[in-house]
Amino acid sequence: MKSTILAGALLAFAAATGVHAQAIKLADVAELSGGGATVGTNWKNGIDLAIEEINAKGGVLGRKLEVTHADSQSNPGVARAQVQKALDAEPYVLLGPGYSGSVKVTAPLAAEAGIAQIMGGEAAELTQGGNKFLFRTSFGQQSSMPKVAKYIHDEMKAKTVAVVWVNNDFGRGGRDMVTKELERLGSKVVADLSTEAGQADFAADVGKIKAANPDAVFVYLNEEESARILKELKRQGVTAPLMGETTLIGQKVIELAGDAANGARGHVGLTTDAPVDLIKAFREKFAKKYNYVPDHNGLKGYLAVYMVKATTEKMGKVDPKKFADTLHGLTIKAADEPGILMDVTFSDTGDIDRQSFLVEVVEGKQVVKQVLPKVK
Amino acid sequence: MSNLFDLLVAGLATGAIYALVAVGFTLLWQTSQTINFAQGEFVMLPAFLMLAAMHAGAPFWLAIILGILLSMILLGLGFKMLLVDPMMRHGVLPLAIATMALAIGLKEAVKQFFSAEASPFPSIVPTGDISILGHAISLQSIGVLVVAILAVFGLTALLNRTSLGHQMQAAAQNPTVARIIGVPVERMILLTFLINAFLVALASLLITPIYLAKFSSGEVLGQAAFIAAIVGGFNQVRGAIAGGLLIGVLDNLAASYVSTQYRAAVPLIFLIVVILFRPQGLLGRAEERTV
Amino acid sequence: MIGFGKPLKIALGLIVIAGLIVIPMNFNRYGLFILSQWAVMSIAAMGLNLTLGYAGQVSLAQGAFVGIGAYAAAIMTTHGWPLPAAIVVAIVLGFAVGWVLGYPALRVQHHYLAFVTLAFSTLAFLVFRNESWLTGGIYGISNIPRPHVFGIATNKPLPFYYVCLGSLAIVSVAVWWLIRSPWGRAFMALRENPLRAQSLGIDTRRYTLMAFAIGSALGGVAGALYAPLTQYIDPVPFNLSLSLDLLMMVIVGGAGFYFGPFLGAMIAVLLPEWLRFTEGYYLMLYAIAVMGLLIWSPTGILGILDRYLAERRTKAASALRAVAKSRLETAQ
Repeated sequence: MKSTILAGALLAFAAATGVHAQAIKLADVAELSGGGATVGTNWKNGIDLAIEEINAKGGVLGRKLEVTHADSQSNPGVARAQVQKALDAEPYVLLGPGYSGSVKVTAPLAAEAGIAQIMGGEAAELTQGGNKFLFRTSFGQQSSMPKVAKYIHDEMKAKTVAVVWVNNDFGRGGRDMVTKELERLGSKVVADLSTEAGQADFAADVGKIKAANPDAVFVYLNEEESARILKELKRQGVTAPLMGETTLIGQKVIELAGDAANGARGHVGLTTDAPVDLIKAFREKFAKKYNYVPDHNGLKGYLAVYMVKATTEKMGKVDPKKFADTLHGLTIKAADEPGILMDVTFSDTGDIDRQSFLVEVVEGKQVVKQVLPKVK
Repeated sequence: MSNLFDLLVAGLATGAIYALVAVGFTLLWQTSQTINFAQGEFVMLPAFLMLAAMHAGAPFWLAIILGILLSMILLGLGFKMLLVDPMMRHGVLPLAIATMALAIGLKEAVKQFFSAEASPFPSIVPTGDISILGHAISLQSIGVLVVAILAVFGLTALLNRTSLGHQMQAAAQNPTVARIIGVPVERMILLTFLINAFLVALASLLITPIYLAKFSSGEVLGQAAFIAAIVGGFNQVRGAIAGGLLIGVLDNLAASYVSTQYRAAVPLIFLIVVILFRPQGLLGRAEERTV
Repeated sequence: MIGFGKPLKIALGLIVIAGLIVIPMNFNRYGLFILSQWAVMSIAAMGLNLTLGYAGQVSLAQGAFVGIGAYAAAIMTTHGWPLPAAIVVAIVLGFAVGWVLGYPALRVQHHYLAFVTLAFSTLAFLVFRNESWLTGGIYGISNIPRPHVFGIATNKPLPFYYVCLGSLAIVSVAVWWLIRSPWGRAFMALRENPLRAQSLGIDTRRYTLMAFAIGSALGGVAGALYAPLTQYIDPVPFNLSLSLDLLMMVIVGGAGFYFGPFLGAMIAVLLPEWLRFTEGYYLMLYAIAVMGLLIWSPTGILGILDRYLAERRTKAASALRAVAKSRLETAQ
């Protein structure tokens, strides 16, 4: 009796250590509760989906991937503690966080530990401080907003623009960047409207837009608030063309706003609505596993894991020290690594270069008006 | 000028939502000195109960009935027996803290067992707008306003016109004397918790199509309703409706004429002024009891 | 803690202090960060305990004072000022704003005061967020330096933990002294019976404001340590929920007990960390634990101990009485 227990324990121990020697450990710190819970949960689900897929196909270089998720509570102080905890366990790569403030507070720690950090933050300044270990999964606002501003100025021929933004680090960053670009191009911002996350009543904001009578309106809010302001814009009869980002013209917004979304246009860097077969397949897989259609944060988390896979396979070994060096300047083609979904190139600063789209909502459907090629 | 009209209408529509949530708030305070920091989450939850029933295959009408019944059991009976009763004798604060913990627990549970995503929710009021004097007004908003007013009138009538109501008032104002003259105080208090649970379920049903079913939607709502209740008068049911409408309108006027960044500040400053100069609230009566 | 012998109490205290100094030497960076956070939150909770537990004034603005202190420290130290200067400014600011905010306490009492402070808390958040020229707005302030203490850099987690622990020790001694001074007794008189306090010649107005201001100043101290601890601050951590958390710490630990805030901060900071192994359920379990604790003992953890000791004392006393009685009877 005793010997069987012992044998069993030994077996379990052997199995456990065997798995641990093999598995590649990733650590994820994300906004799983608090104000960013939706962002973080999408990110986490994307990561889990990618890891499940990769492991089902035999892992990376024959080794399985393993991830631990930690909740930052959308609070930079907690994020710092959790990243510290994750780094103390010496992961191969650190994933997350998604909020730019939390990235700012944790990036020096990862850099100090010499561990690459693949994050979801979009603030322009994140990759401008010379950190050699920080990588984006999406366009920084310094790459997306110039395209948006250019479109508003050149294509919409707008001389006056109203800018509506959500007052958190995401919205504020986009607003600052687009305002700067618009003014550089010679379009005037005639209404600059801050809104709150979770705001339900946009009557006053839309009233102000109406009073300013702009040639175009730039809307930079979360999906749910986007839907609400679209309805209010329609109700108050604002006819100026609307321009936004993924968060204005995503499928979720169309679903919530109904026909009020018609005519809205947006620059789309990363969206499950992109007219790319691999992304459509991703969307189906995701929806099947989690019963909902992810926003771009789900894609970001998914891509982060495939960035790890592609980089590691490029190196031919699991080497945390050389990881960041290898990823700098790396181009990953979707033909070689379908999980990356679209061809992508990483710059020396950790920024991303990828195709993007200009989309208009026509009768409840997204129609691609223009494909913006990679810069290089 | 037309802009001002739009603002007032929109403010009243939002204010009606706050009022509907605030009514139950004031009711609980009156009968059991409960400051329910989870009131916003109480409004968030029934929508998910209804959604769950619909996912299980129930038609919408049945889901509504089930949702309301479950809410009354969980948020009325369960809340009172498990949390309020053990702590009522120990003053306002421990119970208030416990309701804060309850708010966290409810949010996390919905996020964990349902989803962190916002889900659309069917509307019992037809969506769409009607035109009044050339201004488009949402039918949903009108529905909320009507129900809020009916709820307050109904409650006021219940409290002032019926013997049950008189018993409830007696239980609230002086439990000791009420007990002596034979009022079943315990049952009266339980009744107010059930009424509150019914009201939040009703509010959930009306508000969720506008706010969407999301685990975090109670945060904004709860705080706004809290402010509305204090401004209107914490100890008067009809104070809630005045406070709610006032806060809704004030919020819109502030966003329009002060600053969108500071729109949330104006109702708060108003709140401080009200407390300093009329602590019992605009429609409240001075509190007779020392707490 | 009542009922233990004095030498035993001193020995226990020394063991705990020695433990807090020695054991963390082997901790990893994460453990030290969490423990530093506990020390900082304990300071803020002690301040609130003074206001609420001893003087009986409900404040829902302690988180805002932590924010004021944090911003004062962040702004000053990133402009080259030393941290001690920032702490002084944090104390002065906390005291002054607390004093002004205390005025409503003179007009209204209890829950109405809580509402005023609740409003103030959210107003402070809006100012932190909107006045970008001063606070960096939603972008926050990064690269907050950690101080040099006696020429030793505290960039590493362990030295900075000792900074936090040392500050906690200083504050603890100061509060210990304060509640035993005539001021402390005046505060308690205020809580127990304001009318009687007044009739005894206590200037209730001044002491009410004082209780508020001193408690708020301690919130400022905590904030001034929080900023260099995280080295980055933005407005979000200082919203209303921090004030509610601090209130929870005081109540759960045991309002009006000297050691309450230490225990309360331990529950609020460490318990969620211990529960993290349950992943998605940890905050839910934490909420249930807090509710359960309050149902079990609405007067907090130390309330339980207090009750237990009181029971033991009455038992001991009645046993003595019984013995005395039987002796009397046999004597007769």
